[in-house]
Amino acid sequence: MKFIDEYQNSELAGKLAHRIANCSTKPIRLMEFCGGHTHAIMRYGIRQLVPKTVGMRSGPGCPVCVTAIADLDKAIAMAHLPGVIITTFGDIVRVPGSYSSLQQAKAEGADMRIVYSTIDAVEIARVNPKKSVIFVGIGFETTAPTIAASIIKARREGIENFYVLSLLKLTPPIMKALLDLGEVRLDGIIGPGHVSAIIGSHPYEFIPRDYNIGCVISGFEPLDILLCLNKLVEQIEGGKPKVEIAYPRGVKPQGNKKALELMNAVFETNSANWRGIGIVPQSGLRINKKYQHFDANRAFEVSLESAREHKGCRCGDILRGVATPLGCKLFGKVCTPEDPVGPCMVSSEGACAAYYQYGASYE
Amino acid sequence: MNDTILLAHGSGGKLSHDLVEKKILPSLSNPLLNKLDDSAIFEANGRLSFTTDSYVVNPIFFPGGDIGKLAICGTVNDLSMSGAKPLYLSLSIIVEEGFLLVELERIVNSVKAAADEAQVNIITGDTKVVNRGQADKLFINTSGIGIIPAGIDISGANAKIGDKVILSGTIGDHGIAIMSQREGLRFEVPLESDCAPLNKLVSQMLEVSTNIHCLRDPTRGGLATTLNEFAKQSNVGIVVEENTIPVKEGVRAACELLGFDPIYVANEGKLVAIVEPGDANKVLAQMKQNCYGRDAAIIGEITNDHTGRVIMKTKLGPSRIIDMLSGELLPRIC
Repeated sequence: MKFIDEYQNSELAGKLAHRIANCSTKPIRLMEFCGGHTHAIMRYGIRQLVPKTVGMRSGPGCPVCVTAIADLDKAIAMAHLPGVIITTFGDIVRVPGSYSSLQQAKAEGADMRIVYSTIDAVEIARVNPKKSVIFVGIGFETTAPTIAASIIKARREGIENFYVLSLLKLTPPIMKALLDLGEVRLDGIIGPGHVSAIIGSHPYEFIPRDYNIGCVISGFEPLDILLCLNKLVEQIEGGKPKVEIAYPRGVKPQGNKKALELMNAVFETNSANWRGIGIVPQSGLRINKKYQHFDANRAFEVSLESAREHKGCRCGDILRGVATPLGCKLFGKVCTPEDPVGPCMVSSEGACAAYYQYGASYE
Repeated sequence: MNDTILLAHGSGGKLSHDLVEKKILPSLSNPLLNKLDDSAIFEANGRLSFTTDSYVVNPIFFPGGDIGKLAICGTVNDLSMSGAKPLYLSLSIIVEEGFLLVELERIVNSVKAAADEAQVNIITGDTKVVNRGQADKLFINTSGIGIIPAGIDISGANAKIGDKVILSGTIGDHGIAIMSQREGLRFEVPLESDCAPLNKLVSQMLEVSTNIHCLRDPTRGGLATTLNEFAKQSNVGIVVEENTIPVKEGVRAACELLGFDPIYVANEGKLVAIVEPGDANKVLAQMKQNCYGRDAAIIGEITNDHTGRVIMKTKLGPSRIIDMLSGELLPRIC
């Protein structure tokens, strides 16, 4: 398939792997921020291609995984409100909250629908004028512009029964928070490809400047990732950390101006609650005053019991890069994709799901 | 006659008889069915194979087929995968009040076309009507009886070390065709479901080899799940090569977009055969003669390593374990 096969060429992959092996002299630890990268690395067996000196840790770049349990409880409570249709993207419906899940709420009678695009959620609102349609908006800078576009569309077309529960999160602030925590020594960051397509590469400049490590933005095909690893290893060996783009077909240094304008028109930054990390200032997006009518937080009040984490679940440690899934006692035993305890086992971008699906549990 | 299904169509009274006699029997007519007794009576000699399946697909009409065609092909294929020659089917329809009669006729016509192609007769059936909201449009159950020719012993537990794994064609066509029509997920793909009766393909395969050890149609759960079932049932390891698995461009593109792996996407007209190595090429050549086996390929073999597990050599060279599908396939977020 055009634009895919070129980036899965095994001969070129071999050459890049060879270059990495030739260049790498000391053990290093890199963090792939994005869950999509974790999956690609496992799916294509990239860890088997690169030398053992190149260690990799998963980061907090899985939108389902970083959704705080209290926020999930709120979405579940909203699903049970009379006259409400809850709409959301795939995986989050299966994540266990403190006491239930959206999937469970649906089984108990809540009207919960999975959509692929937020615009479809607006359509559901249009054809159900007597219902309140709440879109549970999870994701990073990647999904924020389309959610903003759906709110603008609803306003323009007078669809007043559409609401968004914004749980949107921002990438650079959480990278900074993790580096400030300093729990894991990192030698470089594999930067997120899709997020950077929106925000560009400039927002990562603080990483080499303040923390003296490099950040190379990668695509999601095996050759993209190998090229990124090659650049990071060269930077580390040469002692010259910087921000680089190893995904030029997707990412421009200045990002996507139109998408950023949409985001800025509807949202403002706010502190956000990250699972396993806690409240991080300026790391989330909430709906601004101009569009406050569409803010589900403002329109609906739900009473919540205090959130309860699942005993023994190490998703928080895994999201901070402190542990790998293999370091969790529940992994593959109590916690499996069929009966997940934590979100990292549910989401298609979660590190535990990747380790489980691609066989790391048998290693 | 009204143009929609009424509760009275399921009452057992005159409307029920009208429905059966005017809308169903004319298409499916055969001497055993036409008697309309409480049960069909027939003779059979030999080892019999018996199976049942219910069909609740949404949407009921999809590119390349509909629930009627699916209900016949699915049961015919389940019989065929034991090596049986399908003989007779039952057809039980549960329909929601308000369903359009013209759509029912369309489905019955598909049932007829698929049964004709597979050369099976429907010899008993039932129709029930439920209140609006108590069923989603129309559900079908079919059961089937087939006869297994002498000397045939096919089971998921029969795979032997060294056997070859043959796949009859491209994977994921049905799942992606259905998904492209779902509410909230509509996208244009020039794709049709592969829904097809495979009994002739199987009988042609059995003509050239009696050393076909396992047969299965990789429906829900896809190729990965079927291979895992074989590995566990037969207590063997399986190695497949990603490069040899045929996938249509449109399916690959849709999978890229949705974040799916085609090995987990459903098929309705494909089979996986585990065949003794000496007969594999012969069976493959024979399969390629049949329109439903044109793209058949040898995709791997049975090993005595990693018992109970399936390993895939990826395009880049490294290997990884492929597990069964867990949960539902859901579209990814970003």
